[in-house]
Amino acid sequence: MSAIKAVNDFVIKFANVNGSGSASANEMFARSILRMGVPVASRNIFPSNIQGLPTWYEVRVSGKGWLGRRGGVDMMVAMNPQTWDKDIASIDANGYLFYDSSRQIPQSRFRSDINIIRMPLTEIANSTYNDPRQRQLFKNIIYVGALAQLLGLEIAVLEQLIGEQYKGKDALIAPNHKALRLGFDYAASQLNGLCGLKVERADAVGDRIFVNGNEAAALGCVYGGATVAAWYPITPSTSVAESFQKHCSKYRVDPVTKKNNFAIVQAEDEISAIGAVIGAGWNGARAFTATSGPGISLMQEFLGLAYFAEIPAVIIDVQRGGPSTGMPTRTQQADILVCAYASHGDTKHVLLFPEDPRELFEFTAAAFDLAERLQTPVFVLEDLDIGMNEWLCEPFTWTDGQTYDRGKVMSAEDLESGKTFGRYLDVDGDAIPWRTLPGTHPSRGAYFTRGTSRDRYAKYSEEGSVYQDNMQRLLRKLETAKSLVPAPVIQLAKENARHGVIYFGSSTPAMNEAMAALEGQGMHLDTMRLRAFPFCDAVSDFILAHDQVFLVEQNRDAQMRMLLVNECGIDPARIVSVLNYDGTPITARFITGAISERLTMKSKEAAE
Amino acid sequence: MTYIVKPKLRHPGIAINKLGFTHRDYEGTVSTLCAGCGHDSISFAIIQACFELNIAPHRVAKLSGIGCSSKTPDYLLGQSHGFNSVHGRMPSVVTGANLANKDLIYLGISGDGDSASIGLGQFVHSLRRGVNMCYITENNGVYGLTKGQFSATADKGSKSKYGGSNMDSPLDLVSMAMQVGATFVGRSFSGDKQQLVPLIMAAISHKGPAFIDVVSPCVAFNNHAGSTKAYEFVRLHNEAVNRLDIMEPRETITVEYAPGTTEDVELHDGSTLRLSKLDADYDPHDRIAAMTYLQNRAAAGELVTGLIYMDPDASDMHANLNTVDVPLNRLSAKELCPGSAGLESFNRSHR
Repeated sequence: MSAIKAVNDFVIKFANVNGSGSASANEMFARSILRMGVPVASRNIFPSNIQGLPTWYEVRVSGKGWLGRRGGVDMMVAMNPQTWDKDIASIDANGYLFYDSSRQIPQSRFRSDINIIRMPLTEIANSTYNDPRQRQLFKNIIYVGALAQLLGLEIAVLEQLIGEQYKGKDALIAPNHKALRLGFDYAASQLNGLCGLKVERADAVGDRIFVNGNEAAALGCVYGGATVAAWYPITPSTSVAESFQKHCSKYRVDPVTKKNNFAIVQAEDEISAIGAVIGAGWNGARAFTATSGPGISLMQEFLGLAYFAEIPAVIIDVQRGGPSTGMPTRTQQADILVCAYASHGDTKHVLLFPEDPRELFEFTAAAFDLAERLQTPVFVLEDLDIGMNEWLCEPFTWTDGQTYDRGKVMSAEDLESGKTFGRYLDVDGDAIPWRTLPGTHPSRGAYFTRGTSRDRYAKYSEEGSVYQDNMQRLLRKLETAKSLVPAPVIQLAKENARHGVIYFGSSTPAMNEAMAALEGQGMHLDTMRLRAFPFCDAVSDFILAHDQVFLVEQNRDAQMRMLLVNECGIDPARIVSVLNYDGTPITARFITGAISERLTMKSKEAAE
Repeated sequence: MTYIVKPKLRHPGIAINKLGFTHRDYEGTVSTLCAGCGHDSISFAIIQACFELNIAPHRVAKLSGIGCSSKTPDYLLGQSHGFNSVHGRMPSVVTGANLANKDLIYLGISGDGDSASIGLGQFVHSLRRGVNMCYITENNGVYGLTKGQFSATADKGSKSKYGGSNMDSPLDLVSMAMQVGATFVGRSFSGDKQQLVPLIMAAISHKGPAFIDVVSPCVAFNNHAGSTKAYEFVRLHNEAVNRLDIMEPRETITVEYAPGTTEDVELHDGSTLRLSKLDADYDPHDRIAAMTYLQNRAAAGELVTGLIYMDPDASDMHANLNTVDVPLNRLSAKELCPGSAGLESFNRSHR
């Protein structure tokens, strides 16, 4: 039988049971390849559960640096009997199955078109260790050792990673080294030559870092000057708040007094979390919450208040599969509309769409400037794929000496000098009024903040013309926002293209690979990566400059398409949707297939 | 709705406090509530308390939810920033506001619909979190703005204006506040200014979560025979456990009290709260005993009022969170941003 042969270009997937200690072994496997200078992209596919349910870890090894999911599996490490049949079925023809052969498995449950690598992992672990927990944990390390031998990973690299992982718990280092070596030696003597997938040392990683998005967002909050965090635990956003706590303990404790330059409140629900953020924003502190779809649903009323009363707030939404509880541990881009138009009545909100952890760090820090400049909620829309997976991305950078844009806040001196203060008065022509903070001046600048209609001087009013005047100004404020939010990234094809592709957020790495593949097939498309809402003119210009554009997104209803059609007044026929919404991150193969199929169909139609 | 502008005339003999302010400096816009509404008396008591305490009005932030009671912050302290938020959610907004600036005085004004019904969760959690604030509910047992539906504090069997009876058990915010961690708990009656003003003064001076439930009859929808929140009913069943006076620091005490009948408690701002015991056995520092007393008297149909519980050594949310002394809203990039040096170590640890 033929076997796939590939160097630095394959997909290996681990099928495990959650709570079995496999996660850290698998991550070490992926890191060792990075340390050999070969880019990897790893993705966890895990259940909403602590112990006993199926979980997968997919590692894309790509010397060329493609970091999205490719699609397909070249080698399956099948460690979970529960999902055996499905796992075997997912292997590409001529691919590899590596499994624990301690237990007899009937011939009928294998495939004839794949290469089988058997290793009695449980037997080896049981004959080496007496403690049941150790047997389980070291079994994972043993298979990493075997894979190292099969794939050509440098064992010294793995040993060093073990040393780093157990720094301070040195007693654990030697037994882990031993388990690693046990697997390596077994493969060397029993499995030699069975695997055609290889990793060879390269220099393609550079100074890039391997980091998950939620940690990046949390660091963005630290750098962006957030002092108040209010949140409620919800997958997949919980690690944003936890990571903020961790970073603050490191960076935000006053060296002299040992007191905290931050406050974190775990609220009783998401309503309370956003309420506290709005209270803090009203009172001049930079504040944020991190949540996911169900939390956004609960926050709706407050978000309308913040929009209407014009209070800065930053909301990090780590999107997951909806509606309702949906798929809490799967990824989607399905909160676009609920965020863009959050709350009853006429509202529009500022949204940011980062492509990876690096941009998420940058956008999160910038969100605080935007929120205070525009005096409105700003949503950072990441997702589970970016948030909870380690991504290889450019190192984070920061320009020293920059100050925060605290927006239009009148000081006691401004008020004392007799400057006119009207809380909702557009004095600068950009539709952004000036505000005052409580406690500023003994006799000037106090006003009453409310969710009811009011005039330019914050006095209650139900006059139709006064209400409309304010609502029109809020629309104009959104126009101002267009010039402040990150512009789309447009890339033109090498040849004049009649078609374009629009995409955003976590679809980016798979898109990059798909575009290269399509170009290889002679299909040339211009691309535009959306980075923010409201859309600036360049967005509709791009669409109108093409016969038709594809819009790649990860939800059922083509929410970004709806937003574009609605906000830019675009003929819906101009935008063709490419939709992935099964909860797993979109793959390059899927995008390539969907676009090439439609383009081929079109050229056939044209020929007929 | 039109706003009636208050005339700026000032009586030459009007009292002036230590900051040079008169009562008028603590007033707000003209109330739009019904004539005779208990809430207006409470607004007056708050004005009086702030005047007596020599508080600079702009150092107060007044926050509320939605409802008749939540409109009242507009009718007092016109030089204070106010925030009329969403229904039942004032406690979370005041929590955030307080986190941003620990130096201001936070006044949360709410009602029984706002705090005992839609906002019960936030009421409880803001108290257990220890927000340093003075939280007042103007409790009339009905929804006024929607014209007379029962609220969650309406007593079982009490009659509505239109003949129906409330069959649901009532919530007692005072008992609940004591149970969940309020460190100052009082109850009063809008018609008893003598009791209410010093109680508010003490609550404002208290450092920690202070809560006062003020029974405040609704003249439009809940002031009839058969209502337990009517003026007449409350007057007949009011059972005060103590009388309160606030004394300035170093003020000479001229009145002599019989030994054992008074207790002086020093407040956070240096002034003294003098408690005159009306019930010799009542100890407002014993939380468990106070709760038991409250339940016993409630079972007998009496409404216990006065300072019900106070922990003079209480701390607050900022102490729990160990925040810096400077208000968080005054910190700048210098204190908050770790700069490129911080990122270098971050990047290094992620390779």
